[in-house]
Amino acid sequence: MNIFVILKQTFDTEEKISIQDGKIAEDGVKFIVNPYDEYAVEEALRLKEQHGGTVTVVSVGPERAAEALRTALAMGADEAVLIASDHPDYDEFSISTLLAAYFRDKAFDLILGGYFSVDSGGGQTAIRLARLLDIPHTSAITELQISQNKATVIRDAEGDAETLEISLPALFTAQQGLNEPRYPSLPGIMKAKKKPFLTLDLQQLHLTDAEIAPRTTRLSLSLPAARKSGRILQGTAQEQTSELVNLLRNEEKAI
Amino acid sequence: MGNTYVIVAETRGGRLRQVSLEAVQAAVLASRDEDKLIALLLGHQLQEAATELARYVKDQVMVIDHPDLAMYQAEAYLAALAPALDQLQPHTVFFGHTAIGRDLAPQAAAHLNAGQISDVIAIAQTDDTVSYTRPLFAGKAFENRKFTASPQIITIRPNNITPAQPTPAPAEISELTYSPSPSLRTVIKEVVSKSIGRIDLTEAKVVVSGGRGVKSKAGFQPLEELAELLQGAVGASRGACDAGYCDYSLQIGQTGKVVTPEIYIACGISGAIQHLAGMSQSRIIIAINKDPEAPIFKVADYGIVGDLFEVVPLLTEEFRKVLSITS
Repeated sequence: MNIFVILKQTFDTEEKISIQDGKIAEDGVKFIVNPYDEYAVEEALRLKEQHGGTVTVVSVGPERAAEALRTALAMGADEAVLIASDHPDYDEFSISTLLAAYFRDKAFDLILGGYFSVDSGGGQTAIRLARLLDIPHTSAITELQISQNKATVIRDAEGDAETLEISLPALFTAQQGLNEPRYPSLPGIMKAKKKPFLTLDLQQLHLTDAEIAPRTTRLSLSLPAARKSGRILQGTAQEQTSELVNLLRNEEKAI
Repeated sequence: MGNTYVIVAETRGGRLRQVSLEAVQAAVLASRDEDKLIALLLGHQLQEAATELARYVKDQVMVIDHPDLAMYQAEAYLAALAPALDQLQPHTVFFGHTAIGRDLAPQAAAHLNAGQISDVIAIAQTDDTVSYTRPLFAGKAFENRKFTASPQIITIRPNNITPAQPTPAPAEISELTYSPSPSLRTVIKEVVSKSIGRIDLTEAKVVVSGGRGVKSKAGFQPLEELAELLQGAVGASRGACDAGYCDYSLQIGQTGKVVTPEIYIACGISGAIQHLAGMSQSRIIIAINKDPEAPIFKVADYGIVGDLFEVVPLLTEEFRKVLSITS
């Protein structure tokens, strides 16, 4: 099976955010593989172990994104492709167009990605890609089984579990609960250094700047107002709960 | 002549969702008086919901009613929606940022070769620019975006934009036909509905959330009782989900869901940064935790230092007393 995983490098979820010169500051930030994409990598590796084949990981991003791809190689992926772009203004339209150009001449059975990225969180790119490639997709899956030319998946739809059968090739996005991603092993990390790593640019994908010009643009950036420090209620548990309900009712008018 | 603004509305359990009325309001905020507002409703047995929707929409409600659309299915819904969009040539299309909207909107965007701004929480119109506010890093930062071209696609986060007010006269309701294609590559085999009669976490006005302090699956019972009394929903921290106390679909945080209820009650949640990102835009935050040093108290409006297994049932009783007097 030819399995591809699209992944994004994101800030670690424990990072605090600060703004410098109108941009999100990146100094000293720890970067990780987007957690949802990590489930996708793990699932691809499990399918490969079960059915054979190759796992190729693909990312669009700046140079530093190579590290996320190397992590995926160290986990066990076979090849990595970085579509080099340090264009900070690319939106999901741009990124999905770039990815579609990459996939157009590839033979694939399965493309996996994350449900959304924990940074910009638009949740568009993978689904757009499925449409551009005209393959069926299911988002937010928590289970995936392949048999012959069909996939059976469970999709999480606001807590409901839907079982769907889809013919391959298809694209799926990973929801939490799909699996428990492995850590890269030391031999894995050593081997990753020798695995094929391809870097592509716009010209190699036969795309012009105009064709991937973003359809949306950022006007401004801000941090949320800090919450005012609250009030710790005093007295017995009975007194505290009674006071709380009273406050919610009479001061906050919330109930 | 004005442009056409389309709202793709949805139902849950046969009823029109509130987020769809919020999407109607989003269209009102982004458009001008001369523009046309048309709502599209996809599904099955939609008469009641369509009548309800028509009270809020200025110009027209178009219904695509078919048994095959009773359940959301990505390919079928796009096959039903795409011809309608091709016909209407909309300037902007609005969806709820729900399980359906999150899946259908990007498909529509790719179909129309359009830009999309997801998870919008506020809309402002000045002179000739409409700007859309949305969270980054689940709410650790916010950005304002605008479109550089049309058509434009928007998804609206539930609970953030005030729902539309009824219009002076109900909109006209018309039907569009849908003929299922025999070439669909996806088949729905089974649906296990865990959410019947329950409000979705992202739309709930009250969220009662449990962390590691809940200690077990059974430990969620008092939280569920409180949520039920307040007609709210139960959520959880990553810690509680990882420990197997509850389903991942309940997780609130930067991984998981972002919620913005009127009242958020955090029980036995310490308040990791990634959890705070998912709930700190709630209107009122209440924290119940044994540890007075827990970071959750730094964002809470009201804190109770104590054992949640003692405090939560007492709190439920207090709410019950007050609510029984009112009703």
